[in-house]
Amino acid sequence: MEPILEIDGLTKIYAGGLKALDDVQLTIKRGEIFALLGPNGAGKTTLIGAVCGLVRTNGGTIKAFGQDLTKNWRSARAKIGLVPQELATDMFEEVGRFVAYSRGLFGLPSDPARIEEILRSLSLWDKRKEQIRALSGGMKRRVLIAKALAHEPDLLFLDEPTAGVDVELRRDMWKLIGAMRERGVTIILTTHYIEEAEEMADRVGVIRQGKILMVDDKAAMMARLGRTEAVISLVRPIAELPSSFADYPITLSDDGTELCYRGGDGSGKGKADVAAITKALTLAGIDYDGIDVHESSLEDIFVDLVEHSEGETA
Amino acid sequence: MIGFNVRSTWAIYTRELMRALRTAFQSILAPVLTTSLYFIVFGAAIGERMPDLGGVGYGAFIVPGLLLLTLLSESTSNASFGIYMPRFTGTIYELLSAPVGVAETLVGFVGAAATKSLILASIILLTATLFVDYSIAHPVLAIGYIMLVAASFSLFGFILGVWADSFEKLGIIPQLFLLPLTFLGGTFYSIDMLPKPWDTIALFNPIVYLVSGLRWTFYGTSDVNIWVSFGMTIGFLILCVGIIAYIFKTGWRLRD
Ligand SMILES: Nc1ncnc2c1ncn2[C@@H]1O[C@H](COP(=O)(O)OP(=O)(O)OP(=O)(O)O)[C@@H](O)[C@H]1O
Ligand SMILES: [Mg+2]
Repeated sequence: MEPILEIDGLTKIYAGGLKALDDVQLTIKRGEIFALLGPNGAGKTTLIGAVCGLVRTNGGTIKAFGQDLTKNWRSARAKIGLVPQELATDMFEEVGRFVAYSRGLFGLPSDPARIEEILRSLSLWDKRKEQIRALSGGMKRRVLIAKALAHEPDLLFLDEPTAGVDVELRRDMWKLIGAMRERGVTIILTTHYIEEAEEMADRVGVIRQGKILMVDDKAAMMARLGRTEAVISLVRPIAELPSSFADYPITLSDDGTELCYRGGDGSGKGKADVAAITKALTLAGIDYDGIDVHESSLEDIFVDLVEHSEGETA
Repeated sequence: MIGFNVRSTWAIYTRELMRALRTAFQSILAPVLTTSLYFIVFGAAIGERMPDLGGVGYGAFIVPGLLLLTLLSESTSNASFGIYMPRFTGTIYELLSAPVGVAETLVGFVGAAATKSLILASIILLTATLFVDYSIAHPVLAIGYIMLVAASFSLFGFILGVWADSFEKLGIIPQLFLLPLTFLGGTFYSIDMLPKPWDTIALFNPIVYLVSGLRWTFYGTSDVNIWVSFGMTIGFLILCVGIIAYIFKTGWRLRD
């Protein structure tokens, strides 16, 4: 796949001396949804700002649409959309006008039909005549999304699009993002809800203290780092594991009442193993009265990664 | 890459004008009221007892100066608020991420501020006719000069709005410098009425050149040679454009 964004050796040191980005390397493929995960202060917003022209960088290069951003910024920016993390709005402006302005600002001719379509898709059409200050927080965020979509960007940055948004709107947002992907829009989003990345992203990157810790396909990452854990409670304690279970990563608890399975790879192999093990237990005449299975999520992987790297750098 | 985005510029320009329309009543009424008071007190009441200055009645003499007083403060405050507010609310992110450079931003913001000033200038000149008799010797030059001053001080206001990091700072420059310099710049008198050495010291006040230049376009007489005035105004304009180009190049106070 042809890359839409290539970031190489990007470094940002803020005025106070804080290194917010440290030699960041990142390539985004055209048409993908990329989730950038990281704890507070990791550098996610800074990274987005560097691409969108809000942050001056101290080194490295950014190529967008195949060309150096410092040279082709004008044509590149026309095709990039940004929904900022902070709810920055003009309180006294009308919703409809505010969104239409964005389209003009990005150099496109006015197109009321397109603006209507965008407002409707975000359930803002009824609010188009309202002043922004009369909207709720979640509604304001939708206005910012509408503004970012008004110039029909090919590359869209969503900086925590679902922060402070209720469950229903979050589902709507996921749908909307799915629809944009259908239209071929490349999306880079940051989030603190791991389920969001798990639900939508094709690839996931983890950033911490300005460094990218890992970037991988979501499926590959889950397969590589994912685990299944199963605890089988036995009705009667057993002294040792029958030899037929030697092939499985199983341990027997000290009191002999629990079998603990820990294995698989996040691709479903673990669950199949557990099913096979229960069958073998039945065949061996070992009775059990409870099975507790837990698939590690992207969240577990993320927490592991961040905590692990914390030990390394500390 | 060189380019100029006409649509973006138009979007900024119209939006800024619309923003002013939302408060049209206050933003026009207040300066009109203030200038009317000046005309009543200095033009009609005191002016009656004053001798003519350079062949011009006192009431008429102060018209260009008062016009300038309003032009300077309105251009400065309009443009400075225009760029300060997005910085304050955070909506500047959109401008910075848009395909617009210094040229579009300037023409958009400064153009809108200057337009507002020009509308206001016309209203003030009309209001003045109610209180004093005056005529304009070189109308075309007068309009040109008014536009030049409006543009220059809108640029100055823009710089102020980028520099300020609080509402206090935004208000203090006009109060602390512009107002006194304008009062001392010959708004109500001709600088050769000043005793020595103040008439020479006054020449270090840049506003003297603006007032004098505008007065020349009205009555054909002035304290300073018209070309010197004109040159000083153009010089100020170029200086402001230079500073703004530098601000955009370095991202000073705009980009983190
Ligand atoms: N304007 C600024 N001046 C100085 N330091 C800054 C500035 N903006 C951000 N930082 C610092 O840079 C680091 C990265 O901040 P950034 O906003 O990019 O983090 P983030 O990953 O987006 O965090 P969050 O999840 O909280 O949004 C933080 O330590 C932050 O304090
Ligand atoms: Mg952030």
